[in-house]
Amino acid sequence: MSFRSILFAAGSALALSTAAAWAKDSVTVGMQLEPPHLDPTSAAAGAIDQVLYSNVFEGLTRFMGDGSVVPGLAKSWDISADGLTYTFHLNEGVTFHDGTTMDAEDVKFSLDRARAEDSTNAQKALFADIAEVTVVDPMTVQLTLSKPNGNMLFNLAWGDAVIVAPESIADIKTAPVGTGAFKFAGWVQGDRIDLEKNPDYWGTPAMLEKATFKFISDPTAAFAAMMAEDLDAFAGFPAPENLPQFEADPRFQVLVGSTEGETILSTNNKQAPFDNVKVREALAHAIDRQAIIDGAMFGYGTPIGTHFAPHNPAYVDLTGQSAFDPDKAKALLAEAGLPDGFETTLHLPPPSYARRGGEIIAAQLANVGIKAEIINVEWAQWLETVFRGKTFGLTIVSHTEPMDIGIYARPEYYFQYDNAAFQALMTDLNGTTDPDQRTAMLQQAQKIIADDYVNGYLFQLAALSVAKADLQGLWANAPTQATDLTAVSWAK
Amino acid sequence: MIRYSLKRLLSLCLSLAVASVVIFSVIEIAPGDPASFMLGINAQPDTVAALRSELGLDQSKLQRYLTWIGGMLSGDFGTSYTYRTPVSEMIADRLWVSLPLALYALALSTLIAFPAGIYAAARRGKPGDMAVMGATQLGVAIPNFWFAMLLVLVFAINLRWFSAGGFAGWEGGLGTGLKSLTLPAIALALPQAAILARVMRSALLDILGEDFMRTARAKGLSRRQALWRHGLRNALIPVLTIIGLQFSFLLAGAIIIEQVFYLPGLGRLVFQAISSRDLIVVESVVMLLVFAVITVNFLVDLAYALVDPRLRSRT
Repeated sequence: MSFRSILFAAGSALALSTAAAWAKDSVTVGMQLEPPHLDPTSAAAGAIDQVLYSNVFEGLTRFMGDGSVVPGLAKSWDISADGLTYTFHLNEGVTFHDGTTMDAEDVKFSLDRARAEDSTNAQKALFADIAEVTVVDPMTVQLTLSKPNGNMLFNLAWGDAVIVAPESIADIKTAPVGTGAFKFAGWVQGDRIDLEKNPDYWGTPAMLEKATFKFISDPTAAFAAMMAEDLDAFAGFPAPENLPQFEADPRFQVLVGSTEGETILSTNNKQAPFDNVKVREALAHAIDRQAIIDGAMFGYGTPIGTHFAPHNPAYVDLTGQSAFDPDKAKALLAEAGLPDGFETTLHLPPPSYARRGGEIIAAQLANVGIKAEIINVEWAQWLETVFRGKTFGLTIVSHTEPMDIGIYARPEYYFQYDNAAFQALMTDLNGTTDPDQRTAMLQQAQKIIADDYVNGYLFQLAALSVAKADLQGLWANAPTQATDLTAVSWAK
Repeated sequence: MIRYSLKRLLSLCLSLAVASVVIFSVIEIAPGDPASFMLGINAQPDTVAALRSELGLDQSKLQRYLTWIGGMLSGDFGTSYTYRTPVSEMIADRLWVSLPLALYALALSTLIAFPAGIYAAARRGKPGDMAVMGATQLGVAIPNFWFAMLLVLVFAINLRWFSAGGFAGWEGGLGTGLKSLTLPAIALALPQAAILARVMRSALLDILGEDFMRTARAKGLSRRQALWRHGLRNALIPVLTIIGLQFSFLLAGAIIIEQVFYLPGLGRLVFQAISSRDLIVVESVVMLLVFAVITVNFLVDLAYALVDPRLRSRT
């Protein structure tokens, strides 16, 4: 071997290794919570969707990063004039990760399973209006509704409505089989979940070969793992106070987007003195939203004046109606016969928006004479005492389900708001499919609950993610809890 | 010796039985229902009921206690409510992290503490002793999670010698596994080593004043020879007690360190299970830890008898 050939060999080896370093085709994403199991159709845990939605499982329709609903496994659909029959035309050539074909039978199976009597689907209400699912032919499936539901296409885009393979149900909680661009490759419980590219994907194939989700619950550890570059991205970064540091570091980018999480000071509308609208109005004026956003969320978040996401086209800005005005709050309390204020409880679940926000709110309420005793609770305890037991005065919680203003039409729901006019409006809304009419009704609904000061509307939770600077295609917004990696790639 | 061991064994079994009742009742009394936790705030009551019956939560408490205990005795720990995998498998997986970590930390702590304690005792009142005592004072005062963060900052973020956390697994070889446990083990070991060194030193100093030590010196042994041949063995009893306690602590109490280094260990499993009200996992892991602590104490009791022959005849 001549000197020249050695040099050449060395040179090409160097070139090869450089090329390998450039063509990075895997990603490691950090998340705070680990999924309890891997079946998105039988638990409320957002962490399940965060890993699997769109990556592994797909539904008839799907959410895009901007919140719009687009065709998924169904390439198109026809809706009958009376709004009672939806005919879905499925995409050809879709297979599950186990190799079997996805057809109308699987769709029927999945939807029937979700709405069955013994179903453990956490969002069973999404399917309540479906009377029957019929297989027309292998590529066509028909949904017959018992009453018109203008939300049906939106409902079918939820992670709880994804299409599952009937033969995989027995093991779905540990070995999920879907139709997505990634397939499940392994789970080391307590540590990570591995996904790998699905080479037989029916749509646009994924650009990454491998994706790993790592679970780091401690905010300080999350910060360290990003800084040490053990992770390529962190979805839902838990320490907003550290974000300026990432912004200043050229190795990283910070993605700030919107979520569907309306963070509210939930008020027990049936408990005295909150059964008096004047007292609830006083609460609204006693709260300085911006101070809470600055103090608890380090400036990330958008003030809201009603229970609706500001990025939604139908949003009405009603923040002015409950502007910060402690004097007015005191006057209202006096009008309600409580010039010296009163005492109540403030239950705070674990997230920092509640714990940090709660301290600030308690101080602000104390300013107008309302003494709120802070009670820190875990989620399980919160569900038991506040949500089911309804033994609370005030609590802070972020309602992260998309388009959930309908909860105000449920008088038994934990904040116990009972307004017949609002309930009628929601029934009308469900029966309406015309987009303009729907918008008008949604706006009216927002105004009703703002006028009744049902809850203290605080702010829309921001979606905060940190990623390596050259990682592209991540969702900034979180229209549903998902980390869609199907379009993610490394910049060359 | 046999009577002594049997007596200890009987008290071990009794403690376990009492512990099982206490653990079960305390965990069952805590508010929060696993099914409603899993299904969240939009679930309908019939859905929650369906899940409760699927999980067997609709049975009576006594029935569930008996099923749990019966299963445990036959080696079946039940199935996790949330993860839906056998609890025994989950515990086994986590033990592969927690046990090596505890042993690693204990080894480090002993390796540091023994020489330091002996050195300090042999040089009582001299600058060497003062230096060791000063260092251990600091070691006792530093909280291990803070020290852990400091280690991450220096060795993971700045020097990049280690990753900031996580467990690489044993599949990649002993070296990779040990490497990912090194920072956590150091963080756990140093405060323990400080305590152990102080105990070692004072135990040795106590012994040094005993009559038999003077006799040993009178027989012509040098101070150092007497310390090694007669002092050390007699000083081991309090030291063994501390080591036993420390091992239990390291196994069960590494929870904060596991959080800081996001290690999939037992502590984190319990933490996750408590917050999701995965009662069966909490009960089984806590029971296992109680079992480990009691067994370690039992072994330490036996070790006393080996170290100190007087205990064999006395009881």
